[in-house]
Amino acid sequence: MATEDPSAEAPSHEPPSSKAPDTRAPSRRALIGWGGAGLALGAAAAGGAAAVARTGDDGGSPGAGAAVAFHGAHQAGIATPVQDRLHFAAFDVETDDRAEFVAMLKDWTAAARRMTAGQAVGDGAYGGLPEAPPDDTGEALGLRPSRLTLTVGFGPSLFDRFGLAGRRPEALVDLPQFAGDNLDRARSGGDLCVQACADDPQVAVHAIRNLARIGFGKVSVRWSQLGFGKTSSTTPEAQTPRNLMGFKDGTRNIAGTETARLKRFVWVGAKDVDANSAWMSGGSYLVARRIRMHIEPWDRTSLQEQEDIFGRDKGEGAPVGKAKERDEPFLKAMLPDAHVRLAHPDSNDGATLLRRGYSFTDGTDGLGRLDAGLFFLAYQRDVRTGFIPVQRNLAADALNEYIQHVGSAVFAVPPGVRDADDWWGRALFSPSTTEG
Amino acid sequence: MRPLRRPFRLSVVTAATTVAALTALTGCTEKSGAGADGAIAVTATDTKCEVSKKEFPAGHVELDIENKGSKVTEVYLLFPDDRVVTERENIGPGTKQKVTAEVKEGDYRIACKPGMKGDGIRQDVTATGSGKIAKRDPRLDKAVASYRKYAQEQADATIPLVKVFAEAVKDGDIAAARKAYAPSRIGWERTEPVAESFGDIDPKVDVRADGLEEGQDPEKDWTGWHRLERSLWQDGKLTARDSELADQLVTDLEDWQKRVGKAEITPTSMANGAKELLDEVATGKVTGEEERYSHTDLVDFKANVEGAEESYALLKSVAAENDPELTKELDQQFAALNTLLDKYRADKTGYDFVSYDKVGKAERKELSDAVNALAEPLSQLAAAVVK
Repeated sequence: MATEDPSAEAPSHEPPSSKAPDTRAPSRRALIGWGGAGLALGAAAAGGAAAVARTGDDGGSPGAGAAVAFHGAHQAGIATPVQDRLHFAAFDVETDDRAEFVAMLKDWTAAARRMTAGQAVGDGAYGGLPEAPPDDTGEALGLRPSRLTLTVGFGPSLFDRFGLAGRRPEALVDLPQFAGDNLDRARSGGDLCVQACADDPQVAVHAIRNLARIGFGKVSVRWSQLGFGKTSSTTPEAQTPRNLMGFKDGTRNIAGTETARLKRFVWVGAKDVDANSAWMSGGSYLVARRIRMHIEPWDRTSLQEQEDIFGRDKGEGAPVGKAKERDEPFLKAMLPDAHVRLAHPDSNDGATLLRRGYSFTDGTDGLGRLDAGLFFLAYQRDVRTGFIPVQRNLAADALNEYIQHVGSAVFAVPPGVRDADDWWGRALFSPSTTEG
Repeated sequence: MRPLRRPFRLSVVTAATTVAALTALTGCTEKSGAGADGAIAVTATDTKCEVSKKEFPAGHVELDIENKGSKVTEVYLLFPDDRVVTERENIGPGTKQKVTAEVKEGDYRIACKPGMKGDGIRQDVTATGSGKIAKRDPRLDKAVASYRKYAQEQADATIPLVKVFAEAVKDGDIAAARKAYAPSRIGWERTEPVAESFGDIDPKVDVRADGLEEGQDPEKDWTGWHRLERSLWQDGKLTARDSELADQLVTDLEDWQKRVGKAEITPTSMANGAKELLDEVATGKVTGEEERYSHTDLVDFKANVEGAEESYALLKSVAAENDPELTKELDQQFAALNTLLDKYRADKTGYDFVSYDKVGKAERKELSDAVNALAEPLSQLAAAVVK
């Protein structure tokens, strides 16, 4: 599993000077056939840009600027510590050419490998031909890796293409219509997605922007969401963050160190897959929901009602009748429609999600209301035993009066990129039906 | 046209280094050269353009022109890519004119245009000197010359169309003026980066309300196509002011027609000009901002793509040698965008496009995606040309 431990990243993040040729340069120019000359040209420029970004990070403490290992059994950005900023993008596939799509996934992987290490894409952002636009857009130059993680997922609609119909895992179901859903098609679905998380919003935006650019003609951005202020934590020692309603939510989120719970609730296991879906072993399923909050009515709600709705107090975050946030909740002490009571695993036959959501504020909605809420991201081993039963149970949630689900998507998130020769989706696109 | 006017389009105006070697010297008056005694005599008739010498020393050059024909003529000294070094217009029958220029060593042409029409009658000449000039791929010179010709043809073809438009406006014939509006813009839109390289013409003819500068009064200072577009579609009436504006538009575009030949065009500015045309589509047309009253955005859109395609076609043989994958990609993306555009017109040879206000959000996104898919590789064309 990808970790933040600097020693763990050593194998995949050598200094640029010792880079193997295949770890460099998802040059956009190379993409469209610049060929060998581009490689030679790029070596110096890319090395130069990378050197700036990398200095001081390798041996430093795993603080806000460090790099998270890109290679691993699982993709980083799921169980790795949650960063503060998000840029999430869902894409539609434009090309019908399987080879072209595969080539793009390889280019994306190569670019992601560099960007997560704090390096510029391709030949860099400057120093190239004056008549041509640079490979890298440049706004992350000089910024640290900022714990950037890039996580790719494949949507159900992707499997209608490229002869992949037989490889769609059974667990990748289309989500049913839930009570209260008011979904905007333009903010829902997608053939694939990239979740970019980082401590620095500019680093996350830079990553999506460059991937979108590499993808032009092959994929197009269907919708995207910026997020700030993580609303759950995968590091139990950290304070549980608050959502925009001012409440701590997700106190019992699965921690990145809880190997047993991760195995049980998050990672797709060898027994979960058949020959056709073996490519998902080690992966996970992602549900993304854009949940709009009716902020102004919420702010006019009495403290008592707010606390009743959540089933926690606002100050400590302690469950009803308890003193501390992490005290075991006594669900029957809460109102029957309290959010925590309905969402708790004990009310859902043990169903547990790894939550990774972010707050969002997209300005105002034209009616003077804050267009804000929670961009909910949850990872699970199987959507049918994860998000779906929990969300159905939440149909009675008192919180529903103050929220509305307006966007929705589900993705199969393949296992991690293992090494410099591996790429996102390799096992899915490899001709063999056995796990690659 | 950009929402906010910029003084110059950089890639066209700031000539790439390749052109510097060919550019005429300026401010260099005391150079030895042909001198007064060594002037080149140019004898123009209705059928001939005779020059007294075809080789002369680089430096100060004087053309002594005599028109012995029956038509008014003009004489040009041209670079190999058809860029104008110097010119003299309106040389009446039986009159003499002198023209001077400072030139570097290299190949040039002298052209006489009896009747001031067409490519003229040409003579190859050479300015000699001791230094060496970096030779550009002659195919690129040819491409630039062809593109210059294309730009001139577009300007020439625009004038009668804009006159039809202007007459309809002056006649107060709203229906006829509306019909003539979009066609009158096609030639301009096809060659917009060249037209915009003359920083003063574009703001007179193609500025939108939001492109006016601070302090400019839309009622007094706003001229050109879009001001008339507003009268025709939003106001629904034509006034005496509109008649003035129509005449002004013709005058300003005739100015453009006269100056197209002097635009600095290089292989890279052609390539980047093609990309800029797609940028015009991406920022103005695909959003419906360009033709906000008439909704004829798709006509401009198509014309921009056609202009980009012309540049590309002329550069393709060189680019394909340097980067065959790129030209393959560009062929594919041009075809895809054109196929998409064809969905919005019944007749694939006509410019009768669907009104853009009838194009839905999802369809606009599809158009935008296709523009991105083409513009991104097109941004690599300049590099493939100069490599």
